[in-house]
Amino acid sequence: MPEKRIVLRNCGVIDPRDMSSYLAHDGFKGLEKALSLTPEQVIEEVKTSGLRGRGGAGFPAGMKWELTRKSPGDEKYLICNADEGEVGTFKDRYILQNDPFSLVEAIAIAGYAIGAKKGFIYLRAEYHYLRPMLANAIDQARAKGFLSHMDIEIRMGAGAYVCGEESALMESIEGKRGEVRYRPPFPPTKGLFGKPTVINNVETLMNIPAIMLNGARWFNQIGTERSKGTKVFSVAGDVPRPGVYEMVLGSKLRELVQDLAGATDIKAIQIGGATGRLIPESMLDTPLAFENLLGAGAITVFNSHRDIIDIVYRTMEFLAEESCGKCVPCRQGTEVMVETLERFMHGEGEERDVKVLQELSSTMMLTSLCGLGQAAPNPVIDSLQYFKDAYESRIKARGEVKV
Amino acid sequence: MAENTTITQSKETKDLLILLAQTQKKCGFLSEETLANLARTLDMSLSDVYGVATFYSFLSTKPLGRHVIRVCKSLPCHYKDAAVIIESLEKTLGIKTGETTPDGRFSLELTNCIGACDKAPAILINDDVHGDLTVDRIPQILQAYK
Ligand SMILES: Cc1cc2nc3c(=O)[nH]c(=O)nc-3n(C[C@H](O)[C@H](O)[C@H](O)COP(=O)(O)O)c2cc1C
Ligand code: SF4
Ligand code: FES
Repeated sequence: MPEKRIVLRNCGVIDPRDMSSYLAHDGFKGLEKALSLTPEQVIEEVKTSGLRGRGGAGFPAGMKWELTRKSPGDEKYLICNADEGEVGTFKDRYILQNDPFSLVEAIAIAGYAIGAKKGFIYLRAEYHYLRPMLANAIDQARAKGFLSHMDIEIRMGAGAYVCGEESALMESIEGKRGEVRYRPPFPPTKGLFGKPTVINNVETLMNIPAIMLNGARWFNQIGTERSKGTKVFSVAGDVPRPGVYEMVLGSKLRELVQDLAGATDIKAIQIGGATGRLIPESMLDTPLAFENLLGAGAITVFNSHRDIIDIVYRTMEFLAEESCGKCVPCRQGTEVMVETLERFMHGEGEERDVKVLQELSSTMMLTSLCGLGQAAPNPVIDSLQYFKDAYESRIKARGEVKV
Repeated sequence: MAENTTITQSKETKDLLILLAQTQKKCGFLSEETLANLARTLDMSLSDVYGVATFYSFLSTKPLGRHVIRVCKSLPCHYKDAAVIIESLEKTLGIKTGETTPDGRFSLELTNCIGACDKAPAILINDDVHGDLTVDRIPQILQAYK
């Protein structure tokens, strides 16, 4: 019941190299429909659908499009965020490998709606092997005349997690260091090259052709009150069937990790990757929705042999490495957290270290410039809440050694 | 080195990252001389060019081997025994991570999640992903990279 294919409807069905097989499955009919409407009508449809961003933040897509459409200026840009750097995420890779055409169609629709003559797909360097097939899909669409109103260019990343963050990504397309920008202004008013810009995740865009074709009302009836449609999840870690699963929003985490991925021994689950949440098995009945738990769809399962402190330590090490270094709370905070957690790893943690972690967490959440630093304390906070004994046993062990 | 500057005609700073990536692909790394040439062509300060070149992990200012092996060390791979893979690669190649074989054939590096966690443990050799890796498959995989 909870599994439903909207985003992945063509995956494994069409030949991702051959446009004729896509055309045989309603390919570019959504664009055709969109072009028969005014751009304003297309935006209205996306707004009515309730589609929210799938890249992590959950911002309403239609609202972003409208703001950009209404921003003054002739030159506007559409960016598809295919940077997918979050630990444990591979859903966008799966989409690009299996259905690049829907993405091209979606970009063409979005470009028409916001009035962009140029679109970029920012593809992470690690996915360079996906580039030829994606370029082929763009070429075929162009040859068939589907891109007469806009052009699409693929831009490669060069290895930097923070470039998935929208402002750092735009800096990178502009040829600079991928450092986060101060905001406001936000992309819809001043984005790429200072022009109004929409930036959307791959999966967000993948919903667009189906919304055009089946109508906003159809989409709006799927999911929960505040989370419409489906979500694509990448499940990895200690599960017998790791992979990509698409479920109706509001489905229970249990259905995903136990029924679909087959997990039997679960100690903890990381939802949303390094900046996501770390929760215990007792929370398996939590619905997967924006109003509860979601993130970009990375689900990593850890079994009873895994050490919570080790999980948190390695997660923090990742964040410290990937911090762009522009603001102090994140640059220094992640480093201090790594050092503190390292002490617990070596059985040298003390009660006051827990306090340091807690205080540092609030400072970082409040004062960091972007989502990386703001969310970096998540694994620490969650582990202190749900797995306090992992810390306490280490502190105790130290006490015993001393005696 | 002279041909570096002829890689593309672009003289726009917005193309710096593309130029760096192209040069890296062609020369294997970004030498001081290359960076200085680029700075001159684009009319930028050397430190700005250097700043971009060192920001991205796929760009390197020190020489690399003809083939770069990047082993994923993030959690899903780590718990599928990435450490064993790293150890085996180090032994087979006779180098430590961060080093290049004396014959210049391979460099060995660690990296964060490469988006192949469903096939953990996974590595990247140049642009190719090798997933569900086992120690016995390593020699055969390496053979394909001359
Ligand atoms: C550190 C960091 C990394 C991010 N990485 C990605 C990413 O890889 N892909 C992505 O789509 N969004 C990523 N985001 C979110 C983007 O900033 C942005 O919200 C998103 O691309 C907007 O698209 P959406 O509204 O369609 O979700 C990241 C955010 C932060 C703070
Ligand atoms: S929070 Fe971290 S990643 Fe974000 S701007 Fe500050 S230093 Fe950079
Ligand atoms: S953790 Fe290794 S590929 Fe994702």
